[in-house]
Amino acid sequence: MSDHIVKSYDRDLEALGRRIAEMGGVAEKMLAEAMEALSSFDVELARRVVSADTRLDVLQREIEEEAILTIARRQPLAVDLRECIAAIRISGDIERIGDLAKNIAKRTIKIASDARVPRAIVGLKSMHEIAATQLKDALDAYALRDVERARAVWENDADLDALEDSVFRDMLTFMMEDPRNISFCTHLLFCSKNLERIGDHTTNISETIVYLVTGEAMPMDRPKLRTSGFGAGEGEAAK
Amino acid sequence: MNMTASHNEPPTKVTVRNLDFYYGASKALKSINLPLHVNKVTSFIGPSGCGKSTLLRVLNRMYDLYPGQRAEGEVLLDGQNILDPAVDLNALRSRVGMIFQKPTPFPMSIYENIAFGIRLYEKLSRADMDARVEEALRGAALWDEVKDKLHTSGLGLSGGQQQRLCIARSVAVQPEVILFDEPCSALDPISTAKVEELIEELSEQYCIAIVTHNMQQAVRVSDYTAFMYLGELIEYGDTDSVFTTPKEKRTLDYITGRFG
Repeated sequence: MSDHIVKSYDRDLEALGRRIAEMGGVAEKMLAEAMEALSSFDVELARRVVSADTRLDVLQREIEEEAILTIARRQPLAVDLRECIAAIRISGDIERIGDLAKNIAKRTIKIASDARVPRAIVGLKSMHEIAATQLKDALDAYALRDVERARAVWENDADLDALEDSVFRDMLTFMMEDPRNISFCTHLLFCSKNLERIGDHTTNISETIVYLVTGEAMPMDRPKLRTSGFGAGEGEAAK
Repeated sequence: MNMTASHNEPPTKVTVRNLDFYYGASKALKSINLPLHVNKVTSFIGPSGCGKSTLLRVLNRMYDLYPGQRAEGEVLLDGQNILDPAVDLNALRSRVGMIFQKPTPFPMSIYENIAFGIRLYEKLSRADMDARVEEALRGAALWDEVKDKLHTSGLGLSGGQQQRLCIARSVAVQPEVILFDEPCSALDPISTAKVEELIEELSEQYCIAIVTHNMQQAVRVSDYTAFMYLGELIEYGDTDSVFTTPKEKRTLDYITGRFG
């Protein structure tokens, strides 16, 4: 929402939005490339993902500084104040998503030389598909201030949690089949946890968008599909 | 109009009911309905000319001083309609005090600025008067700054001190309601902070209404906020809601600086 009497106020808020969009773009690319590197055990690509993370850290710091300056300079109220707070929160979540993608890339570098059961990665790819779609939808919802889309992202996170459960079972199976798989599969387990955490941060973003637009907080309890006690992150998913 | 105030409201001191106000032929207030609560601060905000000061001036019939101005409807102070022509205006104004934008000390000593008003309503012994003056100056957080120069002119004080002297003068006659018409717009930030601190303290004893152009001030000092525009009350509610999630778009546009 623009059209303040003071035009530079609009520009301040727009600049925040643009930086968030840029962060989102960097994080999406990091996630996609981290998964591509993992699937093909491409160490070079993984290294590039690791180094891309610096840009996210810089952007996050800039957004925080800009938001704080805007609060000091304009004393924003209502939706304008929420713009600033949302920018701080969302940039934090995107920065964490970048860290988690970077962690997948780092693990790729470690396990590339001893790739044992490539089929174990199939489940992770499915998780990635959901996580990437969710992230894209959340970023689009932010750009369009689309509450309905943000709510849908919030609802769909349970799918990712459920898939993590099934990946967990798969990994246990591979490890029991052959103890030499243990190291490899443990790294993959962490990767699946990372993808699940990316989903959580994406859900945070969608909650922030709903708050930004409506001024109201989403319910404390997030939807859950999990029924087994297998999930490593049981009870931890909702922050 | 949108009423967003929550339930469990504190008791009402003043009830404005279907109030219209005219400056000659021009209608400045249109069917205003509004409560002012006991021991609470209500702020009136809105662009210049929206009627917020007019509304304030009705609450102690300040407008009576000017020919051609008239109010229709009811303003109930503890259930009594103060618009009734039979109401004793002096008594009313001792119950409903008013602080103006520009400090208006009388050209007399600090002591006399306070004592003058009290003498209109009460006959006190010298000692009682001294005590009452001190109490009023303490109540306005001014005592420590002026106690050694009570008999020097009130006009020698700084702007912020003059404003607090006027508050002391109001408090001295033991009112029930205090109206502030942009009390800080001529003050520096430190004096403003002192007056705001004072408003908070006074709200423990009085029912307070404040007109302010400073949005942040309204957020800081008031429990309830009324947004007015073109003589109408657009939105009234608890201050937290009005400034975070206003119900009316015009309110949102105004408080976020998107008006016009």
